[in-house]
Amino acid sequence: MLSPLRSHRSYLASLGHRVSGLALTLFLPFHFIMLASALGGSRSLDTALSLIDQPVFRIAEWGLVVLLALHLSFGLRVIGLEMSDSETPRKFGKWVISCAGFALLAGLLMLFQMT
Amino acid sequence: METAKSLRVRVWRGGESGYWAEYAVAARDNQTVLDVVTEIQRRHEPSLAYRFACRVGVCGSCAMTVNGQPRWTCRTHVRKVVHDGQLTIEPLRNLPRIKDLVCDLEPFIDTWQRAGAIFQGRSDRNDPPQKVDPESISRKQADAALQCINCGVCYSACDVVYWNRRYLGPAALNRVWTLLNDERHSEHQGTFNKAFSRDGCSSCHSHGNCARFCPVELSPASSIAGLKKMAFRGYKARLAHE
Repeated sequence: MLSPLRSHRSYLASLGHRVSGLALTLFLPFHFIMLASALGGSRSLDTALSLIDQPVFRIAEWGLVVLLALHLSFGLRVIGLEMSDSETPRKFGKWVISCAGFALLAGLLMLFQMT
Repeated sequence: METAKSLRVRVWRGGESGYWAEYAVAARDNQTVLDVVTEIQRRHEPSLAYRFACRVGVCGSCAMTVNGQPRWTCRTHVRKVVHDGQLTIEPLRNLPRIKDLVCDLEPFIDTWQRAGAIFQGRSDRNDPPQKVDPESISRKQADAALQCINCGVCYSACDVVYWNRRYLGPAALNRVWTLLNDERHSEHQGTFNKAFSRDGCSSCHSHGNCARFCPVELSPASSIAGLKKMAFRGYKARLAHE
């Protein structure tokens, strides 16, 4: 069971922001390696792109979009919290659900696009 | 002997190293956690060390960790926090443990010094009292953060302090925010520089634990956000304007 210090909405939002950021940091180098394969000509890029059709890469691609959406929305929450004149962390609790909802929506749209 | 009308209370005994002792304490209709600790000391374990003074939520000295959450024990009714008839009571987190439920507050007090959270007036006793407009924005911002009694609950709740014991912490930075909004304070630049030192307000992760668990419902997280905004909008320009 999570400690009461680490199970409220603001903390979970901060955790989501941090974990999604770390996951993106791990993922993005591979993404750039893939893009860099274009420098070796269309054949090497095509070879790299053929990997994308494998289920594991499709799932990873979906995860990347969800992580980006999560990181973006939780990042906007921090900017709002720190730059707004009237909001407090208590009031920002409702933002956490909106952020998670935005990421879920992005994930669903991606699923529709993939199928 | 433990009955259906009793509480099982786990209490930390010892200093940094120690053990959990369990006591059966009679459950009553009106009973605070401080009452429970006092009953243990009076009837079960006379050597139990704990700290309290006012017993009515004014001094903040009875703050402890109850079922994982920092609280004023004198203002915490047992029925609101008891879980399956059990209470777990230990000293405040993030502070050195001296004995049993007593922790050393020196690192916490030290943050106030390091943050420059000390008022320096512009005038002396021979000058007339400086007029302060109670309706000014800066005064209202200071007033909103003024009621801190230094109980250490926010410092104990803060995970950034848990990770980095050099971090100034929410209480000291909240105090800095009141000073930087106080037109009578003469050391604005020095206080600002200390608040933005390496372990200062830029280290805050906006978890919001300080605001969530503050017993007097202050929002140090908002004060820290205010400091960040102050820096973002150009503190020097603000000083020049004043």
